[in-house]
Amino acid sequence: MVERTPFLNFFTHVILFVGFVLCIAPFVVVTIAASHNLKDVNDVPMSLLPGSDFWLNIKTAWTTADLGPKLLNSFIMAAGVAAGKVMISALTAFSIVYFRYPGRTFIFWLIFVTLMLPLEVRIVPTYAVVANVLSPYQTILDLTGLSWLIEKVSGVQVSLSLGLLNSYSGLILPLIATATGTFLYRQFFLTVPDELTEAARMDGAGALRFFIDILLPLSRNNMAALGTIMFLWAWNQYLWPLLITTDQSHATAVTELKQLIPNVGGIPEWNIAMAGTLIVMLPPLIVVVAMQRWFVRGLIATEK
Amino acid sequence: MASITIRDVKKSYAKSQVVHGVDLDIASGEFVVILGPSGCGKSTLLRMIAGLEDISGGTIAIDGIVVNKLEPRERGCAMVFQNYALYPHMSVAQNIGYSLKVAGVPAAERTQRIQAVARTLELEHLLDRKPMALSGGQRQRVAMGRAMIREPKVFLFDEPLSNLDAKLRVQMRSEIRKLHRRLNATSVFVTHDQVEAMTLADRLVVMNGGRVEQVGTPGEVYSRPASRFVATFVGAPAMNMLEGTVELDGLSLLGGSRRLAVQRAGLAVGTQVAVGIRPEAVRLVAPGTAGALDATVDLVEELGAGRVIYVDLDGASFSVMTSEAVHPEPGSTVGLRFSPDDLHFFSSDTGTRIEVFKASVPEPAL
Repeated sequence: MVERTPFLNFFTHVILFVGFVLCIAPFVVVTIAASHNLKDVNDVPMSLLPGSDFWLNIKTAWTTADLGPKLLNSFIMAAGVAAGKVMISALTAFSIVYFRYPGRTFIFWLIFVTLMLPLEVRIVPTYAVVANVLSPYQTILDLTGLSWLIEKVSGVQVSLSLGLLNSYSGLILPLIATATGTFLYRQFFLTVPDELTEAARMDGAGALRFFIDILLPLSRNNMAALGTIMFLWAWNQYLWPLLITTDQSHATAVTELKQLIPNVGGIPEWNIAMAGTLIVMLPPLIVVVAMQRWFVRGLIATEK
Repeated sequence: MASITIRDVKKSYAKSQVVHGVDLDIASGEFVVILGPSGCGKSTLLRMIAGLEDISGGTIAIDGIVVNKLEPRERGCAMVFQNYALYPHMSVAQNIGYSLKVAGVPAAERTQRIQAVARTLELEHLLDRKPMALSGGQRQRVAMGRAMIREPKVFLFDEPLSNLDAKLRVQMRSEIRKLHRRLNATSVFVTHDQVEAMTLADRLVVMNGGRVEQVGTPGEVYSRPASRFVATFVGAPAMNMLEGTVELDGLSLLGGSRRLAVQRAGLAVGTQVAVGIRPEAVRLVAPGTAGALDATVDLVEELGAGRVIYVDLDGASFSVMTSEAVHPEPGSTVGLRFSPDDLHFFSSDTGTRIEVFKASVPEPAL
């Protein structure tokens, strides 16, 4: 029900405005700080009138933190995570919703459990696995005595090793393996009428054909929503990239911001740090603005 | 074109059986309508023919080939769904041509066949539209086009007209009939609407509770219903049923207040029977006329072309349909008269039709 009373209208607008100010204020302060020179930015209190060094600070931040390649790294990682997540979520949800096979419920719960174990909780084992993807298999071979047997028989010592540290795959893959997207898709697939599935069967389409020709086009909005959320989430990752990129060439923009934050006893170049923050903030902002239309539609999911 | 042979087909889910051994032969080119109340298993039977439901027992053969284990696409059936089930993201042309695309038909031939189907269904100007931009009747036609384009051996219709408004339903009904006459493909049409069933069917299959009650032409089903269920289900308003008991020289009706002189024909004295008479077979006469039953008018329903008059016959409700210009007032007394040839008799126990009676004119008791 929509009520129309002038007082309530005014009141809700006040609340909205307060919320808007709360959200926008930090950005305004950051932008103003990024435009000051070293002296002005360290004034207490800092002047809230914009200074004149904005572009200079941006340039300094860009070169100091080597943001060009770092932004590219971040972009590859975030886009990879978003794309991988969309693919794997759609496939897992398709399997859970449209097929009846033994162990389906068990697999469903396995996926569900990953929701309760975010990356931060299992970061140590995840690191170990990424450091050597084959280490679980090596362990199995060692424990069962198979590696001993192989060594005795062939004289070859089994030592499996495949490291993903300092690689894009290492950055991306562990972030893909979570369940959030699966459930978003599952909810959507459950709303697709059964008759549509049956019509496709009558038309001769097999499971994969149905998935590609009917389900994926229908879930465009969901894809956009999930892709956007995952892009932002991956872009803002800090702990994981910091942990596995020991080599500068694979570092991401968000972790590199650290370079710009003044050390204790160093020159307090907060204007440069703020300028760097603005640069790093820009790509996700562009993605959100560009995807906004589909994004909202994908989340409200009441297409008529 | 193909014949369908259904032998002792059963369907059961985990807890309940919904189809109990159905036998049915559908000739090549025939238009068969399966009629029944909701939950009678008619849709399930259709979906088993289509291959959308597993068959729990018995066999279904199309053109002599048992199709129990075949995928829907291998059976040569096309289906029109109740909610049309059009692909919302595809244009009309893509919807119609999708099965050909899946089958790998080259684009040029596909376009040509889509055009041909669209011409038949008068959809040519709509080919680029999305289903969302179509009216109900147009969507229905697209769904038919999607079924037609494959030139299937069998057309299956699952209550395809129930989402249309009354006027459009009548129009689509005659279009389906015309289309069948032209294509002459074997068709199975499921509905709960008896008018639809009567007008479309070459042969009517009446189902109830997972069993076939009667198979016959619409005329046969109407004039010689095989069971009490069919008698009351087919025809509107429903056939009047009066409970009676066999006596030495006839029947006593309504707990003995009325009598009917009929030949006993082998039935034991005391056997309970149901006597049916269609509302449209009853004539209204002046009260007290010899050979007529007197009854009190409860309610008059105006239908425009005629009237349905509900009367009270010694506590039992009884309806009369008349197209004569009589307008009895509620509460007044009327006489009911009918020919003995129009009476139907059913066993009270099993509900099956009893043919042996030859009725004579009813006479008021004592």
